Amino acid sequence: MLSRDGKKILRGVNLEVGDREIHSIIGANGAGKSTLAYTLMGLQGYEHEEGSLIFNGEDISKLSITERARKGITLAWQEPARFEGLKVRDYLAIGAKDNGGATEEELKEALRKVDLKPEKYLDREVGETLSGGERKRIELASIITMKPKLAILDEPDSGIDVVSLKEIVNLIQTFKENGSSVLVITHRKEIAAASDKASLMCEGVILRSGDPLEISEFFKNRCIPCDSRVSPPKAA
Amino acid sequence: MTQITLNTLSSEIKDMDAAYSVAGGDSAVLHDHELASLVISGNKVLNANGIKGIVLETKETEHGVDVKMIIKKGYKIPLPVHLCFGLIPQDGLQEIGMNFVAEEDSAVELVAHCTFPNAVKIIHRMEAQMHVGKNALLKYTETHFHGPHGGAQVIPKARVKIEEGGRYYNNFSLVSGRVGSLEFDYDVDAEKDSICEMVTKVYGKKDDKIRIMEKVSLNGENARSVIKSRLAITENAESEFRGITEGHAPRSRGHVDCLEVIQGNAKAEAVPIVRVDNPLAKVTHEAAIGCVDKKEVETLMARGLEEDEAIDIIVKGMLA
Ligand SMILES: Nc1ncnc2c1ncn2[C@@H]1O[C@H](COP(=O)(O)OP(=O)(O)OP(=O)(O)O)[C@@H](O)[C@H]1O
Ligand SMILES: [Mg+2]
Repeated sequence: MLSRDGKKILRGVNLEVGDREIHSIIGANGAGKSTLAYTLMGLQGYEHEEGSLIFNGEDISKLSITERARKGITLAWQEPARFEGLKVRDYLAIGAKDNGGATEEELKEALRKVDLKPEKYLDREVGETLSGGERKRIELASIITMKPKLAILDEPDSGIDVVSLKEIVNLIQTFKENGSSVLVITHRKEIAAASDKASLMCEGVILRSGDPLEISEFFKNRCIPCDSRVSPPKAA
Repeated sequence: MTQITLNTLSSEIKDMDAAYSVAGGDSAVLHDHELASLVISGNKVLNANGIKGIVLETKETEHGVDVKMIIKKGYKIPLPVHLCFGLIPQDGLQEIGMNFVAEEDSAVELVAHCTFPNAVKIIHRMEAQMHVGKNALLKYTETHFHGPHGGAQVIPKARVKIEEGGRYYNNFSLVSGRVGSLEFDYDVDAEKDSICEMVTKVYGKKDDKIRIMEKVSLNGENARSVIKSRLAITENAESEFRGITEGHAPRSRGHVDCLEVIQGNAKAEAVPIVRVDNPLAKVTHEAAIGCVDKKEVETLMARGLEEDEAIDIIVKGMLA
């Protein structure tokens, strides 16, 4: 549960992400998907208000961002931060710091996984000269080196060209193969289709979870715009 | 080839080598006779090595050294000239008088390290006259290291004249260790078709005091300048920035850009001043003081860093 100016943004979120599961969250603009991601990560201003938040059997609702990250949870933003002056190489290495650091080859491999040429990007700055799509991929690469247990990806496909979309789908699958669970917020059918499970979010409520294609269809046919075709769910 | 080596007290040279290294320099360059270099410790010249095209004269004074350096007409010095000024003891006074001339059509890059690694009560004054001749190029990179105690009072003052078509790039950086007290005061006169770019980057901590005054007068037609300042201050540090650009000539262009991040109880003031008395001149400015970007901090925390580690990395990126 999370409220803003007396308005409840997350009202009824009942969500389970299994081990090595790719779980997509779909829903209309403004449904509260990013807010859910921020709440799971514990960002400032998105503190958990009610209910429980259990990660691997442990209540993490009171933990700081850093503590959650050290338990293996991480987040890629819908709009990544700019980082003036920070070298891509240094940014990628940060996530691996607690696992004994990353080798040069691991840094390069992370860039290749997001379809960027290491020799072209490793020594550039994250901030000023990169395009939005490039910055987004670099952010995803920074998560690869971290080897998270749960990667929360907020629209990893936005700002990414169609050709590279396939790479993003592959990347999400690689996370799974490497032992991560992935919670991915997306508006793209290709990503939902590659998921094990999907949940539909509407006005701060997880309406239903289940087979990704079924959930996508349901959303497409009956749920747009959210507030007119589906009667708003009662607050939990 | 002029080559003079004076007062080579070996332990002092070793100390200065070490001090040069902690300030970020590679001390081997100071002993390479193919490279021009000048090393001054206190009021002693430890090494003064000119090469073809460079006239280098030094005179030891009571509290420092007067330096005269001339880049002869038409000489383009291929490798950087390394300068090192420092004081090894905890206290003392060092006064450097610098008279620099880049003659017509010459080009040189000066890489200076000013190092006071043990400073507890040190005053370092630099009075510089820089003359960048017609179509000449001077790049001056100055890196300071004042040690961990905050006991340095550093007062660099320069009067710079850039003749027609001359280019002057100045890069001042003081980002590791403490600042102590810094009073930076540069005043530049830019003539027709000249270019002036001044960048200062300073990281202040504890009760450091930073005062940066930079002034460019665009006197000649089509003269162009940028004053860029990146300051980060934390704890109880204070900073004051004044960037003045005057556009006196047609088609002269100037820009003042100051970006500061503050944390803790730090206090910052930034005043960009633009004065224009020629309707065909254009001078612009921007200044922003704020805290470190929250999204950047949270991103790095989500990769496992503590908040203060994250802030440190972001600030160092900005000052890199
Ligand atoms: N800091 C905030 N203060 C007030 N309202 C907010 C805040 N953050 C989000 N909201 C509101 O909460 C609702 C959910 O926003 P959220 O960004 O989570 O949507 P979303 O599902 O991610 O949408 P999109 O698909 O456009 O990214 C929106 O109505 C938004 O206006
Ligand atoms: Mg969103």
